[in-house]
Amino acid sequence: MILDSKIPAGPLAEKWTKHKFSSKLVNPANKRKYDVIVVGTGLAGASAAASLAELGYNVKAFCFQDSPRRAHSIAAQGGINAAKNYQNDGDSIYRLFYDTIKGGDYRAREGNVYRLAEVSVKIIDQCVAQGVPFAREYGGLLANRSFGGAQVSRTFYARGQTGQQLLLGAYSALSRQVANGKVKLYPRTEMMDVVVIDGHAKGIVTRNLITGAIETHAAHAVLLCTGGYGNVFFLSTNAMGSNVTAAWRAHKRGAFFANPCFTQIHPTCIPVSGDHQSKLTLMSESLRNDGRVWVPATQEIAEKLRKGQIKGNDIKEEDRDYFLERKYPSFGNLVPRDVASRNAKYVCDEGRGVNETGEAVYLDFRDAIKRDTRKIIEQKYGNLFEMYKQITGEDPYDMPMMIYPAVHYTMGGLWVDYNLMTTVPGLYALGEANFSEHGANRLGASALMQGLADGYFVAPYTVGDYLAQLAPKQVDDTHPEFARIKEEVQGRINTLLNINGTKPVDYFHKRLGKIMWNECGMARTTEGLKGAKAEIQALKKEFWSNVKLMGTNEELNQTLEKANRVADFLELGELMVDDALSRNESCGGHFREEYQTPDGEALRDDENYAYVAAWKYLGEGQEEELVKEELVYENVKLTQRSYK
Amino acid sequence: MKLTLKIWRQKNTADKGGFVTYVADHVSKDMSFLEMLDVLNDQLTERGEDPVHFDHDCREGICGMCSLYINGKPHGPLQTTTCQLHMRSFSDGETITIEPWRAKAFPVVKDLVVNRSAFDRIIQAGGYVSVNTGGVPDANEIPISKTIADLAMDAAQCIGCGACVAACKNASAMLFTSAKISQLALLPQGQVERKSRAENMVAQMDEEGFGACTNTGACEAECPKGISITNIARMNREYFSAVVSSDNM
Repeated sequence: MILDSKIPAGPLAEKWTKHKFSSKLVNPANKRKYDVIVVGTGLAGASAAASLAELGYNVKAFCFQDSPRRAHSIAAQGGINAAKNYQNDGDSIYRLFYDTIKGGDYRAREGNVYRLAEVSVKIIDQCVAQGVPFAREYGGLLANRSFGGAQVSRTFYARGQTGQQLLLGAYSALSRQVANGKVKLYPRTEMMDVVVIDGHAKGIVTRNLITGAIETHAAHAVLLCTGGYGNVFFLSTNAMGSNVTAAWRAHKRGAFFANPCFTQIHPTCIPVSGDHQSKLTLMSESLRNDGRVWVPATQEIAEKLRKGQIKGNDIKEEDRDYFLERKYPSFGNLVPRDVASRNAKYVCDEGRGVNETGEAVYLDFRDAIKRDTRKIIEQKYGNLFEMYKQITGEDPYDMPMMIYPAVHYTMGGLWVDYNLMTTVPGLYALGEANFSEHGANRLGASALMQGLADGYFVAPYTVGDYLAQLAPKQVDDTHPEFARIKEEVQGRINTLLNINGTKPVDYFHKRLGKIMWNECGMARTTEGLKGAKAEIQALKKEFWSNVKLMGTNEELNQTLEKANRVADFLELGELMVDDALSRNESCGGHFREEYQTPDGEALRDDENYAYVAAWKYLGEGQEEELVKEELVYENVKLTQRSYK
Repeated sequence: MKLTLKIWRQKNTADKGGFVTYVADHVSKDMSFLEMLDVLNDQLTERGEDPVHFDHDCREGICGMCSLYINGKPHGPLQTTTCQLHMRSFSDGETITIEPWRAKAFPVVKDLVVNRSAFDRIIQAGGYVSVNTGGVPDANEIPISKTIADLAMDAAQCIGCGACVAACKNASAMLFTSAKISQLALLPQGQVERKSRAENMVAQMDEEGFGACTNTGACEAECPKGISITNIARMNREYFSAVVSSDNM
């Protein structure tokens, strides 16, 4: 089968305008006759739900949290990119497009990325109009900061809480539509499956997390805005509840899953402190604007550090190795995330790590404080420093911070075409849940941009185009397929509750996480991946025979929720390994040790691997089928990414 | 560390509920408070007992999902969220009492989980600027002085956790409501709907059954995001000036 990305023909800068013009429209009076389901209320979900409701469609919005405002977009710290060129430093839509394509190591579609850069400028306007309190200069205009992988300042921010402010903006727009009666909100409700009738998505099956009731919802279109799957690694910067279930169930109903092995390891997280650890905390990448990353120049000095004989501040300037500045003089500490992470791993593998476990490097603000004063640094990063102190018990104003890479974002996700539609007509994926804009590596401050671009400015047009082709007839859940899938969902829950094994859910999740981190994390090998596949299969078997759940379905049951999600992570984990094994090259976040340049940089193979790997589910216990979408580059010349 | 935990257990909203005592040993000082409960829950599951239910999600102090009334204080002894509280704030052998938020408007769902939908309804009553997607002016066409933008940001930092309500002897939601009213009253974007917003949000707050404010300042003292009580003063000004020249015809 051939995957049609539906990228419009014509010059790059005109594709989106032309496409919008050729999209079909729904008559304003008819819009109220169409129902749309939006699953997830993060940046993509809340903005899509609000915008579709403003147009006049009836929207049902679902989230598993107690309020839409809790979605994990809220935790994004650093900022949001937009090609406003307010700083007069040479930015443009084309430059943002180019940086994003290059940052993604040439594994994203030109058409999608250009559109993203194009609508980025409108996002900032929209958010400011909503009352989002972005940082400002003394003259009253908006302030910008620079971010990894770019040489212009195009990142808009609200202290270290940009995600929070953008999400609260989208949440306020959503709340307004709830008040208007155009959105019906279903908090504490988890999507359990999608209902596909005659090849089209026609609704979903949900579980009410308070009562356990399994319910069916019909609609003309279903939008999955359910975020990424980083929690497959158990430890990640994702929220505890972030999961792959909605996307995975859609996958098993016919939606292809693209580039699952493209995961982003963020370089600046607080290192792991022990086995009890439940999640990892990110320190915003913006810190790399002022902090300098280093380790001791020799193993001997690092040894002394680890034994507690000396402290970081005792180490003399000539004994410090500012390894990013040394290896990448032009980008220095601001190299993209994959490069920064991999280099931190290298120096720790050499025995130069700086904490007890040997898995940490310094991020030092000594020079920045000397240059700018403590007050300025406090203004820029105060809340981050406070958070660091809270978690580690150490004050980063006096001691260099310790950081280590951690799983942060997943570039892979449901395959979508230019319209953000999956391979199941009527089923869309927005934001981190899809795969489309970041290639093999995402640049900082681009996730917020993509979530809001998809929700505010892309889906309202493309979903409308699909709806315009359906008759404005009322939908309901009387088709027997709804009852059949509801029964399947119920059956699976009963099975889980009745296993009555001996180990809690986290026991399995932690083991899966270790396998994924060791073999499908920052560096991957053929041998390691093959071993991981066998281990995951065995673990999955053990899970289904030995997991222990308490309680019943008919109540708030947090272990049942978790078990449901972990069951899906176990299946996804295997597909990630398959995907990593099939991609015999290194690119972005996917680093196969067999494929590197003599100086340890990722070695891409554009001749054979410049494609999107989309996986088709063929049934329980069967290997999935790889379907390739070749990437066509008409504007950008593929080069070896260099930040030196 | 070895700790004694007195935890509120309640099967559902209708159940009366009560304290159950657990012993938690092998607690490390580096654990977060919620990780300590995770370990307890895994032990309970292995013993065949129902785990303690509590709300949590981001575990980095920003989503506002976690709660817990610990030793008589919302979010425990520090001015942080419970997820940012670490066991080094407690000492070996200590007894820790853990309860849900207590307020008429926040009914208990199960154990330590409460229903905070009342907050969503307060926002739905007017916590927004009524602009549709598209058709808005360029972002830099609305210059805003840095001082005002910073003040608005101070108020906008509220995470909607409900600690202010839990801390207040009247279970008042004034700090939460005033934070949103202040943010939008300070900014030029919020001027058009300034009066109706204040009136409608305050009316909704009262309808939800939250109590009145008696200026004890407990909310500000316990707020994990340091939202200032001056916001309440601003809300009162906004509300009274709105009422005397109401836009709500």
